[in-house]
Amino acid sequence: MAVSEQPVRPAEVRKPDTPAPRNGRWSGYTHLLMARMKELRREPEVIFWVFVFPLLLALGLGIAFRNKPADVTSIVIVAGPGGQDALAMIQRSPQKDSIRADLLDQASALQGFRLGKYDLMVEPDGNGGFRYHYDQSRQESVLSRAEVDDALQIAAGRKDPLPTSTTSSSEPGSRYIDFLIPGLLGMNIMNAAMWGIGFALVEMRQRKLLKRFVATPMRRSDFLLALTSSRLVLMLVEVGLLLGFGVLAFHMRVLGSLLTILLLGAVGAISFGGLGLLTASRAQKIESVSGLINVVMMPMWVFSGVFFSYERFPAMIQPFIKALPLTALNDALRATILQGASLGSQAGRLLILVVWGGISFVLALRWFRWT
Amino acid sequence: MGTAIQCRDLRKTYDGKVEAVRGLSLAIETGECFGLLGPNGAGKTTTIEILEGLLEPTAGQVTILGHTWRENARELREWLGISLQETRLSEKLTVRETIELFASFYREPRASGDVLDQMQLSEKADTWVGKLSGGQRQRLAVATALVGNPKILFLDEPTTGLDPQSRRQLWDIIRAFQQSGGTVLLTTHYMDEAERLCDRLAIVDYGQIIAEGTPADLIERLGGHHVVEFAVSGNSNGAALEVWRGLPGVESVRTDDGLVCLNVREPHLTIPALLDAVDNQHEQLLHLTTRHASLEDVFVRLTGRHLRED
Repeated sequence: MAVSEQPVRPAEVRKPDTPAPRNGRWSGYTHLLMARMKELRREPEVIFWVFVFPLLLALGLGIAFRNKPADVTSIVIVAGPGGQDALAMIQRSPQKDSIRADLLDQASALQGFRLGKYDLMVEPDGNGGFRYHYDQSRQESVLSRAEVDDALQIAAGRKDPLPTSTTSSSEPGSRYIDFLIPGLLGMNIMNAAMWGIGFALVEMRQRKLLKRFVATPMRRSDFLLALTSSRLVLMLVEVGLLLGFGVLAFHMRVLGSLLTILLLGAVGAISFGGLGLLTASRAQKIESVSGLINVVMMPMWVFSGVFFSYERFPAMIQPFIKALPLTALNDALRATILQGASLGSQAGRLLILVVWGGISFVLALRWFRWT
Repeated sequence: MGTAIQCRDLRKTYDGKVEAVRGLSLAIETGECFGLLGPNGAGKTTTIEILEGLLEPTAGQVTILGHTWRENARELREWLGISLQETRLSEKLTVRETIELFASFYREPRASGDVLDQMQLSEKADTWVGKLSGGQRQRLAVATALVGNPKILFLDEPTTGLDPQSRRQLWDIIRAFQQSGGTVLLTTHYMDEAERLCDRLAIVDYGQIIAEGTPADLIERLGGHHVVEFAVSGNSNGAALEVWRGLPGVESVRTDDGLVCLNVREPHLTIPALLDAVDNQHEQLLHLTTRHASLEDVFVRLTGRHLRED
């Protein structure tokens, strides 16, 4: 029986009051995207985690690690003969503003030094000289020893043969907040894509909503495209908010073009979207996908230079770190925002993102379960 | 009228072990309301999901409106309206947004407003799905199936967990769809629903059809016209059962939870004879009811179990 010969069409029998609409090619996609945006807007947690939380993090870390006017080192001087002299010498030295010295008995001084309360312990040797206790592995301890030694030598009458002077710099572009904001941006793009795509898909699978959708003529590619598009819209807002915040609150200077930054963000969001899709391809329960998402993201939080430079890790693992997608995204964002790099100069890093996203996407499509 | 849904020797084995469907064949005519009746775990959902093209059968063929899923999936999707057993639609979308979203997937959907009116959801059009009652959610689930203007409606346990009034509302909607020329396939474990709603039904147990026909036909063939249930003071042992079987008009005898159930053709002949027999045995009649046979009786007769073991 040919279907076109069906004698009765339900709609014709019912004679609807309103003319039935006819849908075009993109009707499903636009409705899916609109529905997704409405859902996100009606979810207060989304607003907080996507928009407010990164700003709070930037604010908190920006304040905690703001460049202090001058680095003050805390030292302890062991009380006893010569101890009072040392204190007096430091207080009349040119370095007096950057050294805060306490006078304590030997036991308390040692205790404070061991706990890291003091960077340096100064002990009179009984012959008019001093002995320094410092920790070679602690940078501030090493600096403190040099500083205090200079202070004591100058106070004792040392004349430097070469006149030198210094100016201190706290230029926008080299401060911690400048390092931090692009890193937060990259991390946020990763978080949002992994949760917004991976978690959302598994939740819909668990609710049998995915199954209900594929029981309609909906194009599966439209569905995934709409989900990705909703992330891109959010990404635009996030980038605007974080950069705007950096500029307004911390006088950050954005050297690269906004278009390049947004393009990088989009490539990052799509790449992590592929990774999110892969993570969500099989999981049936939101509990299991939450674990998976964290397992995937954890190494990148640590290694990819979000909060501190990955140069601190041993040289041996640097190639591994540089191959991570978040490292590529963070490096590209920093190069663009802080140094004004062009899109072309970031081709290598873009390639890393595209490869990660592409491989994930292909695997995800092979393994993905709609039901 | 042609055949709307046809399947032959359908089999589904999960993980190579669990046989959910074991050789099931069906032919459902256009314009029919067909029911799959059976207890939970009988394979009804697996069967309907294979017919809906959501599950791949291990073996067997499915033809819907003359087409197969392998070749014409996209077209078939346009023609089917499906309500799954449990779908939790997005809670933060309104009823209207949900219906419009589903409408957007079809080439020629019905106007969302008409569907809202028909499903009596117009008052709730701007309410979030999360705030709806069970009956309203179920009506919305059926509305998302109807908005595509389908030729066939698949409903998996459409009234499970609903109050009597909501169930009746849904029955009216299903009847209206059928009257406008649509074909309906539904699964249920409620015998009254199957009896009232379905033109024909298949009783499914352990993945196979154990009886098929119109509800009246099934009851007449397998249930007896009437059921006389009684209890007597003595033990109804085997010898006693033989006595009941010998009463005039009795077609079959079984015991169920302390009651003796007789399937009888003419209760007015059987009951006086029964009372005499009890008298002759010097026993007391503790309980006596008579009622029309139902699909439940058919099921119990066929399987020795009840449809709903609660």
